[in-house]
Amino acid sequence: MQDNIARLREKEAAALLGGGEHRIQQQHLKGKLTARERIAILLDEGSFEEWDKFVEHRCNDFGMPDQKYPGDGVITGFGTINGRLVFVFSQDFTVFGGALSEAHAEKICKVMDQAMRVGAPVIGLNDSGGARIQEGVASLGGYAEIFQRNVLASGVVPQLSVIMGPCAGGAVYSPAMTDFIFMVEDRAYMFVTGPDVVKTVTHEVVTPEELGGASVHTRKSGVADLAFTNDIEALLRTRRFFDFLPPNNREKPPRWPTDDPANRQEPSLNSLIPADASKPYDIKEVIEKVADEGSFFELQSDYAQNIVIGFIRLQGSTVGVVANQPMVLAGCLDIDSSKKGARFVRFCDAFNIPILTLVDVPGFMPGTAQEYGGIIKNGAKLLYAYAECTVPKVTLITRKAYGGAYDVMASKHLRGDVNLAWPSAEIAVMGAKGAVEIIFRKDIGDQEKIQARTDEYQEKFANPFIAASRGYIDDVIMPQDTREKVCRSFAMLRDKQLENPWRKHGNIPL
Amino acid sequence: MFKKILIANRGEIACRVMKTARRMGIQTVAVYSDADAAAMHVRMADEAVHIGGSASAESYLRGERIIQACKDTGAEAVHPGYGFLSENAGFREALEAAGITFIGPGVKAITTMGDKITSKQLAMESGVNTIPGYTDVIDGPDHAVEIARDIGYPVMLKASAGGGGKGMRVVRNDEECRDGFERASNEARSSFGDERVFAEKFIEEPRHIEIQVLADNHGNAIYLGERECSVQRRHQKVIEEAPSPFLDEATRKAMGEQAVALARAVDYSSAGTVEFIVDAQRNFYFLEMNTRLQVEHPVTELITGQDLVEHMIRVAYGEKLSLAQDDVQLKGWALETRVYAEDPFRNFLPSIGRLVHYHAPAESDTVRVDTGIEEGGEVSMFYDPMIAKLITYGENREQAIDNMADALDAYYIRGVSHNISFLNALIMHPRFRDGRLTTNFIAEEYPDGFHAEDVPQSDTLVPVAIAAVVHVRQADRAAEISGQTRRFERHLRRDWVVIANGHHYPVTVNAVAHGYEVGHKDHIYRVKTDWRFGERLVQAEVNGRAVTVQLDDTGAGYRAFHRGAEMDLLVLTPEVAELTRHMLEKVPPDLSRFLLSPMPGLLVRLSVAEGDEVKAGEELAVVEAMKMENSLRAVNDGVVAKVLANQGDSLTVDQPILEFS
Repeated sequence: MQDNIARLREKEAAALLGGGEHRIQQQHLKGKLTARERIAILLDEGSFEEWDKFVEHRCNDFGMPDQKYPGDGVITGFGTINGRLVFVFSQDFTVFGGALSEAHAEKICKVMDQAMRVGAPVIGLNDSGGARIQEGVASLGGYAEIFQRNVLASGVVPQLSVIMGPCAGGAVYSPAMTDFIFMVEDRAYMFVTGPDVVKTVTHEVVTPEELGGASVHTRKSGVADLAFTNDIEALLRTRRFFDFLPPNNREKPPRWPTDDPANRQEPSLNSLIPADASKPYDIKEVIEKVADEGSFFELQSDYAQNIVIGFIRLQGSTVGVVANQPMVLAGCLDIDSSKKGARFVRFCDAFNIPILTLVDVPGFMPGTAQEYGGIIKNGAKLLYAYAECTVPKVTLITRKAYGGAYDVMASKHLRGDVNLAWPSAEIAVMGAKGAVEIIFRKDIGDQEKIQARTDEYQEKFANPFIAASRGYIDDVIMPQDTREKVCRSFAMLRDKQLENPWRKHGNIPL
Repeated sequence: MFKKILIANRGEIACRVMKTARRMGIQTVAVYSDADAAAMHVRMADEAVHIGGSASAESYLRGERIIQACKDTGAEAVHPGYGFLSENAGFREALEAAGITFIGPGVKAITTMGDKITSKQLAMESGVNTIPGYTDVIDGPDHAVEIARDIGYPVMLKASAGGGGKGMRVVRNDEECRDGFERASNEARSSFGDERVFAEKFIEEPRHIEIQVLADNHGNAIYLGERECSVQRRHQKVIEEAPSPFLDEATRKAMGEQAVALARAVDYSSAGTVEFIVDAQRNFYFLEMNTRLQVEHPVTELITGQDLVEHMIRVAYGEKLSLAQDDVQLKGWALETRVYAEDPFRNFLPSIGRLVHYHAPAESDTVRVDTGIEEGGEVSMFYDPMIAKLITYGENREQAIDNMADALDAYYIRGVSHNISFLNALIMHPRFRDGRLTTNFIAEEYPDGFHAEDVPQSDTLVPVAIAAVVHVRQADRAAEISGQTRRFERHLRRDWVVIANGHHYPVTVNAVAHGYEVGHKDHIYRVKTDWRFGERLVQAEVNGRAVTVQLDDTGAGYRAFHRGAEMDLLVLTPEVAELTRHMLEKVPPDLSRFLLSPMPGLLVRLSVAEGDEVKAGEELAVVEAMKMENSLRAVNDGVVAKVLANQGDSLTVDQPILEFS
């Protein structure tokens, strides 16, 4: 017994050191924290319960039996963020560069399985050079075991990936199947094939940062949701983000006390919509002025900026926001923005998070690039997501809601629960000018006639009242009352019950 | 009394006039341009009349439309405010012809005082000190030299029709004089279409001090003390105060009496201002007379207790002045700062746009805010970008300055750039505090422009303590979130480290009755505050002193603004703070060298030119696509090296518009 206690102390001390002091120093010199330091920032102080500290790899080739580190390159366990349970794995770059062995994978699978059983989210802190090549296929098998669990957990418990170092090759597909990916600027990169292979195959010369750095994935590819300047910022912001998430698909989102009154008036919103219909305005001002305490946690802020997504709280509880952004591409829907919006809507739907949709959309983006890129099927993703979604849906049309894009954006017809409009709303098949040029094609040469017809069309359709007269809009509200109306609508919808017909799964146009 | 008056102006002055009119029970009519359709002055008035396009020349300068508006609404009189038609004799005559009263002086006063030469001649005739000089038109360079020698160098050459510093030259010898004359007359011709130039003695260490006068149509004229407006930037007043820290009673009286004499000489009625230049020996010389209400009139109102607009209205109605010279008592000190939508760190470039967030300091016995704008309002490209005049009062100058510093702290403006830090730096400046002013104060103290380093760092521990308290309240609230797991309830920490602009301040934060005690080293800061979650202005009492700190949430930390200084703050546990030493300094992001068109469209506006310095977030160009204007903004700070597309060009996707160096 005494011997074993001594051995325990010895092994614990070894586990705490990971790959050793020299490698820890190397990690720090690169501006990166160790796997344990990261967990200490992410979780509540003293809450971390570690599992599998004593797991070692089982590889007998290439001199590996002599190199064993307790924990085998990943720290796993559970703890709390603001008292709420979360499972965590944190890859340790100081041990074999965080390379994934069979044992390493088993540890990750163990926490994922347990998270599923108890209904708690999983956060992965990724910092790994890739597969443990010495182990060969056993390592590949390990990846696939994780992928399988990512998929089974998808829509059951929220899964979050924070990429804090390299994540390359097959390894990328685990984060890819989690709900959100955060990256650390200048330290994290993700790609399926690295710069060397790229050079051999396509003769492109590219740096890891250019190929898969945080800015690539937050601006160009849309793979990552947010990028942060360093480890500490990334982990602190992840804590704040976690506060929005429900623990699993059976529970409602968390709630905390706020003293921001639900009936707060915002007179400045009355002057937000410019008199000139071709002038943009920032939809985020509406989001921030409606949200509790003006606080908006935006996701994918640098990607497909013509649509804005993120979380706010209303009366202390999480609401997902999807909004067209008139500042970018006039807020039109294109391939990227449809995909971005659709995935977010489905996340909210899967985890009982009500959705607030703000609409100012002139239509779908025209052009060969869009058609060739498949705007038909990609645009359909957002339509499908909204139509399938059963959580409370409140929609506010601030200005334009034209054509098919009107239908898509959580319209009444797609089971919108409460559909509101500002007096500036224009719900129509298209803008007045375009409509007149079709209806009165023969008058196109006659500027005066066209103008008169355009004015007539504008007068008749450029308002919310036709839609309201059909009940497509439940109420036309003054902008200053938006927060109160939206809060009340969601309060009314708190216990909404709606189920889709049973099926194995729908067939979203992927 | 008048039943209804029209205010032929916009913005803060229109609102200010309406306040008095309303108090007097007079109905008000506003006029407005396209751009001002939703402006505050329009909503404040009992009636409003649209008078034309956004440009002043299509609206506020169109006298005939204003007269028509009077007829249509039955307004009996017009208050012109300042600027626009306030000193336009033609407008005044047209009003008279239409039987409408002008709330201001007569035509004689406006025309005589509107011309630099005739006004100076009249001043001399009335026994007003004038700057030694030659008030006739100078014939040529040789004549200029002859006159300059007569006056004695240094000599100032000035355009007769000039203003705003155009067509002015200081010359110190014959050679400079010849050259300066040519330049001054050229500038005068091109700027004013009038090449007449005159010469006068150049005053060294000059102060700008002006006398407020008030006169009626019954031969009464008085003066209401002086205002010192020496703090100017490029001849634009920035800070005004009353009284002047420089004048003695005898000089004040002498200046006042001369000002009144001049007013009588032009049969002045209404409120007017006689501007003097004062040298280091308190010699004062007449500059000009402004025949209107001045922008800075509130400082006089605060120290005299008089409402100048009310006097103007009563005088215009024909009443006698209700006070005599002996009734005018100066009490206390008043200071005015002009809050502008401009970026002091970028050579005071005007900033236009929407006031996304706007909270002015609360008005009180010591704080007055004259503004014509509110949250959601627009600072438009068509007019002067002044947001407000902030006026504070104190029993003495120091108190007025301290009150101003507090009021500036509480001025929260987001959405457009503003000059709050500059104003703060000015009033904190030791030379300003000592009252050692000249009209060159700003030029001498900030010779290379205004920079972040010019903002004095006062007690940084105030924002540190405030941020610590706010953070602890947020952390405590987060610990009340629903759905917590038993045995894992949060332990609330009391020891923290605040990292402010990179400097570590270890603090302890303890809740006590009505607030918190923040300990740092051997100091205890007792912080009492009613701050509520989400408020961006933290008003608190720190060790019994009322302070206001602006605190914006930056995601992981905070950005504080206090006493004009900006500070980035992180509040961390000591363990996490310790780990920050491993974080590397962020390499400045690779300034992507080109601005690319994000879409096919029409380049409708290029907002920058080659060589321009741009700041992140600044508009670079506007591309119109799908009939919508898209504003392209700078992602990073940089300098425009090349413009690669022209306004009106049709752009393809990813076509370069600008190249940065």
